[in-house]
Parts: sequence; C-alpha cells; structure tokens
Amino acid sequence: MSAGQGAGPAGGGKRIVLRRREAVGPLEYTRRWWMRLTVGATFLMLYAPIILLVVYSFNNSRRNIVWRGFTFKYYEKAWNNESLIEAFVNSLAIAVVNTAVATILGVLVAIALWRFRFPGKAAYEGFMMLPIVIPEICMGVAMMAFFARIGWPTGLPWPLTLSNIMIAHIAFSFPFVAVTVRGRLVGFNRELEDASKDLGASEWQTMRYIVLPYLRPGIIAGALIAFTLSLDDFVITFFTAGPNSVTLPVKIFSMVRFSVTPEVNAASTVLIVITVIATVLAMRFQSPSRRAGGEEG
Amino acid sequence: MAEGQPIIRIREVTKRFGQTVTAVDDVSLDIHEGEFFALLGPSGCGKTTLLRMIAGFETPSEGQILIDGQDMSKVAPNRRPINMVFQSYAVFPHMTVADNVGYGLKVTNVPKAEIRERAEEALELVKLGGLGGRKPDQLSGGQRQRVALARALVKRPKVLLLDEPLSALDAKLREAMQLELVRLQHAVGITFVIVTHDQNEALSMANRIAVMEHGKVRQLAPPSELYEFPNCRFVADFIGKMNLFEGRVAGISGEEVLVEVKGLGRFSLPGEGEASGEVGIAVRPEKVRLRREKPDEDMVAVRGKVSEVAYYGGSSFVYVTDDTGRTISVNLQNEARTAEPGVTIGDELWCAWKPRDSLLLST
Repeated sequence: MSAGQGAGPAGGGKRIVLRRREAVGPLEYTRRWWMRLTVGATFLMLYAPIILLVVYSFNNSRRNIVWRGFTFKYYEKAWNNESLIEAFVNSLAIAVVNTAVATILGVLVAIALWRFRFPGKAAYEGFMMLPIVIPEICMGVAMMAFFARIGWPTGLPWPLTLSNIMIAHIAFSFPFVAVTVRGRLVGFNRELEDASKDLGASEWQTMRYIVLPYLRPGIIAGALIAFTLSLDDFVITFFTAGPNSVTLPVKIFSMVRFSVTPEVNAASTVLIVITVIATVLAMRFQSPSRRAGGEEG
Repeated sequence: MAEGQPIIRIREVTKRFGQTVTAVDDVSLDIHEGEFFALLGPSGCGKTTLLRMIAGFETPSEGQILIDGQDMSKVAPNRRPINMVFQSYAVFPHMTVADNVGYGLKVTNVPKAEIRERAEEALELVKLGGLGGRKPDQLSGGQRQRVALARALVKRPKVLLLDEPLSALDAKLREAMQLELVRLQHAVGITFVIVTHDQNEALSMANRIAVMEHGKVRQLAPPSELYEFPNCRFVADFIGKMNLFEGRVAGISGEEVLVEVKGLGRFSLPGEGEASGEVGIAVRPEKVRLRREKPDEDMVAVRGKVSEVAYYGGSSFVYVTDDTGRTISVNLQNEARTAEPGVTIGDELWCAWKPRDSLLLST
C-alpha cells in the first residue's frame, strides 16, 4: 500500500526526477521486494475471498461458479425472503439490546477497576477477561447447558424469545467494552479529578462532567465493538438459538447447507457492510488524533 | 504587607503513608491573611503532601488544620474555601477556556449570566481576555497555566494554593510569570501558598518561606533573613551557594564567639553564647574577596590556587583550592564589559572576608 511513498514527490514540482533509483536504506523495509511480496500475498489471502463473495453477489446466475453478467436480482430476492428478513431483524434487535447493556456494564466495570482498591481485585480482573480468551465453542456449549439446566422458558412472545441469546451475547461482549474503556482511563490525568473537586464539584458531578466526557471516545468505540461482535456472532448464537430465534449468521449457515446461491452472497455482503462501517467508526473514535479535533469559529 | 489574622493554622500535623514513610513530621505553622507564603524544599521533603492536606486531598494522620478559624478535618475538598493550581494545570481538555473558568461556578449553581460575567472578568485579570472560545489544545503552556489561575481565582477563595506552578515553563517565561504572580496577588489580595523546589522562585516572590527537609520545617523566615541568617547547615546549603568550614569554639566573650578553623586561624564573629564544641562556619561566595597580596590582619584569609573559573555572563564563580584540599567558591560581578575576572586557573591568590560576614552554624 505504502510502496510508492518512499520514492514519492517529496521535493518541489519543478525538479526533474532522475531515472536512477535511489539505494534502498537499511531500515526501508517497505522498499524491499521480499517484504512487498509477503505483504501482497497476505492481503490477497485475506481479502480475495471477501471480494469474490461481494462480486458474485451481483452475478446473474443461479450457480455461483461462472460470471454471467451484473444484476441486483439476488438482493431483491433476499429482501423478499421473509425468513431471511426475520433473521436479520432478530440479529439487529439482539445487537441493539446487547450494545446498550454491555456498554453500561463494561463502563461500570472499567471505572470500578480503575477507581477502587478492593480485596480480590486482581482475581476479579482476570475472571472478567475470561470471555475474551475462552474458546467460543466452549462458551457456546456452556451457555446451552446453562440455559437447559435452569430451564429457561421457551415459546415467549417475540423480543423475549431472543432473551437467552441476548444474555449470552452480553456475557461475552461486555469485557471488550471494559478493556477499551480501561485503556482510555490509563491516560486520564487524575489531577483533573482533583481539580474538579477542588473547584466545588461533588463526586457525581465530577463523574458526569469530567470523567465520562473524557471517556466518550472509548465508550463509543467499545459500544461499536460490542455491536459488531453481537451482529456477526455465529458459534455462541448457534448453541443458544431456538427454532423461533434464528439470527442472520445462523440463517446464512443453514441456507449454505443447501446451496451457495447469490442470495447468500447478497445477505453476507449486507452483513459485511454493516460490520465494516461499525469497525471503521470504532477505530476512528479510538484514534488519538480525534481528541485534537476541536472546531473553532 | 500588613500581617493580619492567621488564615491557615497548621497544628502539629503529621502524615504517614503506611508503616514506614513519614511524609510530614509534626509541622506547626501559621499562614497570615494576604501573605505570599512559600513551602520550599528538595523533592520528597513533604511540601506537596502538606499542600494537599491543606486542599483536603490527603488527611493528616495526626494534628489539625484550621482555615479561617475552622477545623478542616471533616471538610471535603469541594467544601473548602480554598482553590488550587495544579502542577499539570489540570485544564479540562474537552471544555473551552470559558467553560473551564466557569466550571467551579456552574457546579455550585451560580446563575448563567453571572458565570459568564465573572469568567470574563477572571480571564481579563490573567490577560487572556478574548480567548474564552479556545480549546486548551490551542493554547501554549503559559496560557494554559493562566487558565488554571483564572479558574481558581474566579471562585474568590480565601487562599490560593499553587503546586510547583512554574516548573513546566521555560526559563524566560518562568521569570515573567514570577512577576506576574506577585502582581496578581497584589491585585486580588488573596493569600497565596506556593510549593516549589526552586529557591530563586521562593526568594523572589514570597513574603515568608518555610524551608522543609524530611517532613520537618527547618526554618521559617522572610527571604532576606533566610539568605543571610540560615539557622542550620541544611538551609545554608539549600538556599544559594555557601562555603562551609568545620571549626570549633575557642571562647566566648559577650556577644562574640571566638572560633578556630584549621587554615584560617582564630577570629571572632557575632553569635549567641550557647555555641560550643564543633561548629560550622559559613560564608557566602559574594562576600569573599580575592587578593594578590596578603590581606590585612582584621580579615579572615586563606591562600589557595585557582582550580576552576565558571563564567555566567553577569558574574563569574572562581573556585580556589587551598592546601588542605578545601574548595572555596568566590562570586565576582563582571561589572565592566572588558574586565575579565582577571584570574586564570593556576593563579595563587588569597581569599579574604570580614569576620562578621561569616556565620556560625551550630547544627
């Protein structure tokens, strides 16, 4: 990506560019052929399947092998597929509830771990991070066994049918919020808190006016991560979902079992687009340069 | 400055952290209304801990702090009639300058119109008028500090605490801010308590200075007294430069003490009758004269060889080493442009000073 930048137009425009290539400096790894080859191959492996998937979602053919021309037909078909739309709505509902609850929980946990010293804090911190490191399949099986053991009611009216999936998603996604917010708290100057109290603010006012605004980029980033994780989670959802609570990834999986039609590609592409947008936003909110972006009239 | 009531009374205050660390050790002092008071000492001497106890961020392990006659032991920091300028300035990064200054009024429910008026006034006072709409990251370090000052002063506190306020500024700006702080203190008439490790800062700004070491106050005095009459070796050495000689008391006659120092002979200097045994004899570098010929009998004199000359522009320090290996520093003013110190390394010279310019230190 940055291959051309090293030799780029660093000087003025009127200088005549010499044909002779400059020698590669000892630390200019981006200008070495083997480095460019490795990077290129990696990107190809990573993104070629996704690009193919997106491209073939526009393919005018029932079978997903040969390119037969451009069409929006399968997006239309996916849109008219009622069970697919139902799964999509389920996914969105779960993601929204999960994001709200996981964000609140995650922020509270991060602040508690930063603010207070209490017995067993180190152990608690370790346990809280467990859902991040635990294999998803184990988490899924554990969730399924848990809900079966306590006899979680089935056959509830619509949003409640999704309640066990929501709980499972919250359980594995709030640590991600906590970690993100905690990371931002590390850079918090505690004198700001002292200054706020010194100026007459109560504990709550300090939290409301000083700490939370400072954390906002971290909270937004964490929330978007929780949203993304929930929206495209398959493994844990697969184990906890009942027949009446199918989410988009689970639905896509079941469609693929019959045949990989462009319809599946179209649905997947929609999921990818939403995920990518959320991730890009999350990264933008986390980047340090965002803090400097104060508007001035 | 007229001395009024003690606005802050610190009574036998001790602060311990854990079992082993005693940051502040049985300190008692009064700070008077309208005073510019400095807590001076090397890092780790407990001066910042003492300041944070006055502000309420630390609670004394023992003793009592009274502000304006009121015991502060049960009063939270946000309810104390004092405000603080923090070392990092602690300007809220997500608020504009005006919101920063108005913050302390907003959280105590002052009406909006009054907040705006008072914030503007405070910004005017620190010469930041018209910058209220800026964000902190659009300000220089010096300007951020002024915001911190305005933010504290807008609350009209009885006492303003300043924690190393100038340490982050460059030398030129620091000098200007020293004058500025003194001007500001005169303008608002509020008691200022400043913590600093920089003796020049304390000497040039404060009315009175408490020099601290290992959690104790070693000396509390106005700047000139501190400089000319330090009461112990630590203060003598910490404030300015000092030549210290080890000697002993050879006799006492009324107001004068006769001392004997190896290589300097016997001479008498003013001092109380309680000194005896081993004592320190101190003399400031600028009180010492350099002579080519042996000086008169009434001067204290020692012969030595110039080992180093350090040129500082306005003045030069000449270091003379005598036969016993002691090095005496001498401060020469470079009064004329062409007049070089006139001494070079290796010159054999006499260092001489009047006996009464030297000082007896018993501890």
